Amino acid sequence: LDSRLPLVIFLHALTPAAARDEFQEELVIRPLHSGDIYASFQFRTLWDTDFLQEGQKVSHYRLFPKSLGQVLSKFSVRELHISFSQGFWRTMQWGQPFIPSPPGAELWVWFHDTVSDVDGNWKELTNVLSGIFCASLNFIDLTNTVQPSASFKPLGLGNATDHRFLRYATLPREIVCTENLTPWKKLLPCGSKAGLAVLMKSEKLFHSSFHSQAVHIRPICQDEQCSSKAWELRQTLNVVFDLHTSGQGKKEWSLFKMFSRTLTEACPLASSSKVYVDITDNPELFELSPATPLLGQAVVLGDRRTYSVYDLSRAETFGQLRSFNLLLRDMLRPLLHAERYVAGFGLQTGEIHTVIYNNHPYRAFPVLLMDSVPWYLQLYIHTLTVTSKSRDNKPSYIHYQPAKDRHRPHLLEMLIQLPPHSMTEVTVQFERALLKWTEYTPDPNHGFYVGSSVVSALVPSMVAMRTNFTQDQPLFSSFVPVKEESSYFVRVYTEPLLVNLPTPDFSMPYNVICLTCTVVAVGYGSFYNLLTRTFQVDEPSPPLSKRLANLIRRIRGVPLLT
Amino acid sequence: MGLLSDPSRRKVLTGLLTRLNTPICIVCYLAGIVWFMGLAFEPFTLRTYMSENAMGSTMVEERFSSGERALSLAKEFDAHKRKAGGMPVEWLVKAMQSRGLEVFTQSFSRKLPFPDENKERYMVRGTNVYGILRAPRAPRTEALVITAPCSPGNTNNQAVALLLALAQYFRNQIYWAKDIIFLVNEHDLIGTQAWLEGYHHTNITGMEYSPLQGRAGSIQAALSLELSSDVITSLDLVLEGLNGQLPNLDLANLFYAFCQKLGVLCTIQGKLQRNDWDTAEGYTHAAQTMMLMVLKQACGRSWGDHGLFLRYHIEAASVRGINSFRHYKTDATTIGRLLEGMVRKLNNLLERLHQSYFFYLLPSLSRFVSIGYYMPAFGLLAVILLLRALDLWVHLGAPALAPSCHCFSVSLQPSSPGVLTVLTPVVISHLTGVALYLLPVHLQEMAVEHFPVSETEAVVLTAIAIYTAGLALPHNTQRYTHRLILMQFILRYMFTLLKLTALLYLAVLLGCTALINFSLGFILAVTLVPITASITPHMPKALYALVMVLLSPAFTILYCVFIYQELIEAPVSVSEGWMLFLSVISQGILDHALYGSLVYPLLALFIYPCWLMFWNILFWN
Repeated sequence: LDSRLPLVIFLHALTPAAARDEFQEELVIRPLHSGDIYASFQFRTLWDTDFLQEGQKVSHYRLFPKSLGQVLSKFSVRELHISFSQGFWRTMQWGQPFIPSPPGAELWVWFHDTVSDVDGNWKELTNVLSGIFCASLNFIDLTNTVQPSASFKPLGLGNATDHRFLRYATLPREIVCTENLTPWKKLLPCGSKAGLAVLMKSEKLFHSSFHSQAVHIRPICQDEQCSSKAWELRQTLNVVFDLHTSGQGKKEWSLFKMFSRTLTEACPLASSSKVYVDITDNPELFELSPATPLLGQAVVLGDRRTYSVYDLSRAETFGQLRSFNLLLRDMLRPLLHAERYVAGFGLQTGEIHTVIYNNHPYRAFPVLLMDSVPWYLQLYIHTLTVTSKSRDNKPSYIHYQPAKDRHRPHLLEMLIQLPPHSMTEVTVQFERALLKWTEYTPDPNHGFYVGSSVVSALVPSMVAMRTNFTQDQPLFSSFVPVKEESSYFVRVYTEPLLVNLPTPDFSMPYNVICLTCTVVAVGYGSFYNLLTRTFQVDEPSPPLSKRLANLIRRIRGVPLLT
Repeated sequence: MGLLSDPSRRKVLTGLLTRLNTPICIVCYLAGIVWFMGLAFEPFTLRTYMSENAMGSTMVEERFSSGERALSLAKEFDAHKRKAGGMPVEWLVKAMQSRGLEVFTQSFSRKLPFPDENKERYMVRGTNVYGILRAPRAPRTEALVITAPCSPGNTNNQAVALLLALAQYFRNQIYWAKDIIFLVNEHDLIGTQAWLEGYHHTNITGMEYSPLQGRAGSIQAALSLELSSDVITSLDLVLEGLNGQLPNLDLANLFYAFCQKLGVLCTIQGKLQRNDWDTAEGYTHAAQTMMLMVLKQACGRSWGDHGLFLRYHIEAASVRGINSFRHYKTDATTIGRLLEGMVRKLNNLLERLHQSYFFYLLPSLSRFVSIGYYMPAFGLLAVILLLRALDLWVHLGAPALAPSCHCFSVSLQPSSPGVLTVLTPVVISHLTGVALYLLPVHLQEMAVEHFPVSETEAVVLTAIAIYTAGLALPHNTQRYTHRLILMQFILRYMFTLLKLTALLYLAVLLGCTALINFSLGFILAVTLVPITASITPHMPKALYALVMVLLSPAFTILYCVFIYQELIEAPVSVSEGWMLFLSVISQGILDHALYGSLVYPLLALFIYPCWLMFWNILFWN
């Protein structure tokens, strides 16, 4: 360290107005109703600088990962949200997640309004991100990209409404594994060397019921006055551990059992490093060891929760954070819940059913439903019906962009009012297209994926939400800005669909070619011949003597012999 | 094709075909029958092999060990079933929940068109219970189904218990890539039908059911389990589904592979495999097995719970435990392991089962006859109809071509009434067919009022009455045509035209049927082709009428009943056979109404009218 000290001082001297940056890390553990354990990591890097400012090239990076910073400035990205999930979040069993994500990969980006060629930037950006995260994001192209008009508003500063600068795409088929986790961990200031990231051992993280990792970048206010802009990078990782499988039925868990690691220190670069354990559901029956004197309250997703807080930056926390035992009671039913399936049978037509549940006992609220359906499912939009409580429910806003074959998908956005305590069903019929034989995937009989539809809503809250912007509130409750006290924002993803298209038997072409060639050669040729030829009865030629006699008669001018 | 464009050579060819028509037809018929019987001869068949790579190379290790626990669970289930007097819904929900599944129920009700006397039910009300094992980190796009029917009485308790034991074991494994649905259905097929319609949100049979709350994406394969005793001697695989649909052959191969691996005796059609193919007994055995499959497939009903899945493009089979008096016994643990192995391999599937055959016949579990081998047998029979039609066509054209007989060409001028007279028998026969299709079910109330019969008997007897009444029709049409046109040769021309139409119609009908359900097409062809090919009005009426009736579709069903009973080694007397025949008819009509089986409408609306047209020809004067 001694030898490097002068260099550090020298660098500081060079950049006198070095932008302030800070790093926070946090782990929330919440026992779930179903007996599973939900662990949610959040890492936030804040940097008081602006990549998009004209004439200023940002080149000195400290906590903020340089690879992402360069991408942001090169492609003039205003906001970037990318998530990789393996598995489906079971809303009915697990409640709402802190940050929702659909199965597979999801990427949505707001570009700065100075960008002229948005599609070009988007294409290049996906390729670069695909390299950074070691994922198949390069399969995102115009055929699966949409520009939602209402569902995806910027979550950070700025009130952009022109959805020309928004791009949204999902890859429901994307499989998430360790090769995506490693680059994600490298973005953290401490890597996986110290702090909470030590717990991220892929062997355990991928031995779970649900795994989701995400990166969210957006500009936010530096302070309450919002005089200047800061960039926020949030890295989140959500895991649900299945206690039933791993615990042999015993509801007992510890950090070591979940991650096969224990915490030894906070990340030295972090300004705050905390572990929260949700003890709202039954504080008396919890037995946490070691016990903590610190209790925190947070209002998140319309519910006031109590947490035991362990501050890793304080030395006394590291007695033995080893084993928690707990019992549980029922949890709040999720107020908003959605699912989707394909109805019908056969390979010609089908019907997509999206069912949205409003479990609120007396409040109706509107939701935005966004559906992006690939072009090879040809939607019959005239069959679109929305019914709640077996009555027609006319959406107050519909934005529909029809698909173009092989160019772009269908985009359907609707604002639907959900009556209290109701089930709303949105159905639309479709016809399955017959693809060209080169357009089939290598495993066509597996089926084709249709990405999750997205339900976004401001759900009425049971408790007052905190609207004031404070730095000290936990990260998990501060991602989505709260505008009013009485409601909170929720996004619910439905399951993706696997749809079978009519598929030729690919081992048959050889036989088919042989057969058709034979039929064409033998059948068509001869029939064509028969149909076009004019038939004449061929008279046998007269004998030589008669021909000679006729010749003489013709010369003489006498009638010919027949 | 210089042959056709050259008139003289064409004349030679047609001359040959018309002159040798009858011998060629006889040879074709015999060759078709011989070919079919040869299919069961082992050297002519192929050995089955696993086509699907995802299931072939990855042998799994089975660790299921709670067979004993399953048996005690079966007793518990039995007790609760008795207490509840039906399906113990609450107990099942609790049992599944405690095993870590997401549990849902579906209630359904169905009023049968008329009482089902075999199963003694009319108003059916029931509940399906199903639990979904969610695969970790899977996005709910694919699923497998294991079902066990909750049958009345003592049967099938072991199946439900084994299902629960498997659920418990599966829940603690981490390798699942597809969700697994454990379904316990009430009222066997009706419950399955309700569940499938609910799952796919369709309603094709007028079932009333409550919508499903939980789903798991597109179902890739299903296994139905039927076990009624603690130990079994052999496992029987049932493949025949609705409308003669069969699951992919790989599913049968999978079952056979695991039976071999675990040393379980496995049968198909209840018949063990024999190794002595070169002896007469060995061949007869294989032929019997194949004939049983043909008969079962031809009747178009679902022979197990699996049969209804096939309509939804879900490969499914039933595994039935049989306890006979053999010494070799298999315990529940081994059956559990067998199912575990099968489900794990299905779990490994990357695509739907599609590599192997969908159209096949099985003379034994390790041998199969593919569509390419059995179709010629049918083709040889169908070509007879075409040859006869060609012959008639040539004769029909010949007098018109002959310039010597002017009277013919003159009298043939008013051809429009002629075509109409052909149309009359066609329309009348089809109206009879429509009556046969519609009236039995709709007239049952009236019949019950006026005759001392039950509703089921009323339906069946009405059907038979209409069928018989149809035979009286030709006299009417004949008189009608008599008045219209009197000249003898015109009449001959008319009957030739009618026969030509009928022959082509029958050929198309049988061809289409055989493509979908080979067995049905073949059985109909065997009985219908000889008489239809040879029938003319110039035959001894009484004798040929008798022969025609004996070879009519209804009698075909009757023969099939007797042959089937003979083949399953439960021969019946004539009166018992007659009762069975009546119940087969009522079951056929019920299958159509309840599950959408197409055999009854096919026979009533198409095959029977077509046969009536030939009946018409016989009585043509």
